Amino acid sequence: MLEFEKPVIELEAKIAELRHMSSDDEINIADEVSRMQAKAGRLLSQIYAKLTPAQIVQVARHQDRPHFSDYIEHMIDDFTPLAGDRLFGEDNALIGGIGRFKGQSVVIMGQEKGNDTESRIKHNFGMARPEGYRKAQRLMEMASQFQIPVISLVDTAGAYPGLGAEERGQSEAIARSIESCLKLEVPMLSVVIGEGGSGGAIAIAAADRIYMLENSIYSVISPEGCASILWRSADYAKDAATALKLTAKDMLENGLIDDIIKEPLGGAHRNKLETISLVSSKLEKGLKQLTPWKSEKLIAAREEKFLKMGRAA
Amino acid sequence: MNNWLNNFIRPKIRSLVGTQKDVPENLWDKCPSCDNMVFNRELADNNYVCHHCDYHMTISAEDRLALMFDGGKYTRHKNKSVPADPLKFKDRKKYVDRLKETRAKTAEDDAIIIASGKIGGNPVVVALFNFKFMGGSMGAAVGEGIVTGAEIAVKTKSAFITVPASGGARMQEGAISLMQMPRTIIAVNRVKKARLPYLVLLTNPTTGGVSASFAMVGDVHIAEPGATIGFAGKRVIQETIREELPEDFQTAEYLLEHGMVDMVVPRSELNAVIGQTLSLLMQTKLSDNPKGKKSKDNKKSDSSKGAITVASVSAGGEKMSAADAVNQDSAAASVKKTA
Repeated sequence: MLEFEKPVIELEAKIAELRHMSSDDEINIADEVSRMQAKAGRLLSQIYAKLTPAQIVQVARHQDRPHFSDYIEHMIDDFTPLAGDRLFGEDNALIGGIGRFKGQSVVIMGQEKGNDTESRIKHNFGMARPEGYRKAQRLMEMASQFQIPVISLVDTAGAYPGLGAEERGQSEAIARSIESCLKLEVPMLSVVIGEGGSGGAIAIAAADRIYMLENSIYSVISPEGCASILWRSADYAKDAATALKLTAKDMLENGLIDDIIKEPLGGAHRNKLETISLVSSKLEKGLKQLTPWKSEKLIAAREEKFLKMGRAA
Repeated sequence: MNNWLNNFIRPKIRSLVGTQKDVPENLWDKCPSCDNMVFNRELADNNYVCHHCDYHMTISAEDRLALMFDGGKYTRHKNKSVPADPLKFKDRKKYVDRLKETRAKTAEDDAIIIASGKIGGNPVVVALFNFKFMGGSMGAAVGEGIVTGAEIAVKTKSAFITVPASGGARMQEGAISLMQMPRTIIAVNRVKKARLPYLVLLTNPTTGGVSASFAMVGDVHIAEPGATIGFAGKRVIQETIREELPEDFQTAEYLLEHGMVDMVVPRSELNAVIGQTLSLLMQTKLSDNPKGKKSKDNKKSDSSKGAITVASVSAGGEKMSAADAVNQDSAAASVKKTA
């Protein structure tokens, strides 16, 4: 439970209790329930209207947020997962394949964090190894080959910091994956659906359109990591979260993303299906803007978009 | 003990505790690797490589440029200015203040230096990181430097060489520094598209967002002996996997073994090896340049006492210099190669 949601959750518990009682005693309970529900809604919108960056970090990492697999299930038809980098192995932290999005064939890929202990371990908590990024490269080449757009959903704390990952060239895999995005001959749309953790995120997000869910984050380093380096203590993670300007709003203001996708009241974790449908319609619009495409123009525009970042406006 | 961090910090500490005498105290340096004493002037003559153990110590940006370019001659290009402190970042100190102090201390505007000149007679643009400037961290200014350097290379039909010495992205510029990863890759790809060589000389350290972008997509990767090269920090990895890491983990030699770099080249041979590599890629017919690779006239490496011969270049059995072909063959045989 998120600490700042406590008043709402307590209220919701009371509502549930009242409902439970309502079978024996009918006096005015329906009224009371709807009054309390309205109050809970008001509280929620009050809380969510003024979340601090550190609180947004918590929401972005909330385990009940829709994950990659949820989007696949509700947004993509005929999803056909494709596995392996053809070089070393298969990485379940970064999954992808081909499928149909609103009738259009697409390559879709992204990090999957998992939603229980078993699946979290299977997906390595969404932290990909070089194999994941090399599979991404393979999938992007395939997209160019068949002229089908690419959708990537970003949700990772970062690329996996492990011995094997270093041995097999984590840096090179990420660099080449960014390069693959930049060389794509087809439109690429990315959505940060939870955590956009540094190199592990940008590896699959150097796209024509970059969107962020309202309560997602995108950062060069985790607030905890930043705090322990610059403040010499992870206790300052809250300050770091503010300083890093990692919220969707900040990212849009700094010209680093194209748009924000609103989340349902009280965050994506309160309504998975509505979240997915909001993401889906944003992607549909974005794809429409980019269709039909000419590869050369698309690549040139993508390059210009990134070359601009950090330059004077 | 023998890591780059100690090496970097030691002089500072020394200057803090050192007494103010007229006689310079630092006539002797202690090698951070073998603990032997080395005479200061000799060290400079030897490109800051320990005579006893060949440990490659920190070298200033200027000295590095001098030893890379033919005859130590090069032209510096002005850095384009970018908005400073776009995020109004503040940790224990304001980023603008940090920048101001570092600029005053280093007399540089940021962590990147763009220089052009010749190497082995070939026109070259070098984008070199200055580790003294906030740990060589990459923000918008560094990204802009690499973009500019690549543009100059394309315009002047020169090879482009990046020389990272960087802990990674500059945290104080948040996601803007992250976006320098795609940005620098776009830049170097324009060099490649123009069929000009793009080389990376990986020096100590090359990690994080720098290693995971332009530094790992070169046509040829050259690493300096002992340099730390990797993505994640050692400590982070140790905390994650809770296992002992191999002793040579993330060293240049380790990366050579794992197929991530083409060769590990000692400082004294940089000019020769880069020159020859560029000649092969840029003068593809010997008749293109009758002078060939005779234009090796790097004073530094010539004058250096006890220069490491080309035989110590570790590469996958390639010959590095015709002059030392005999030595090279035996060296190649001793190069560790993983199957």
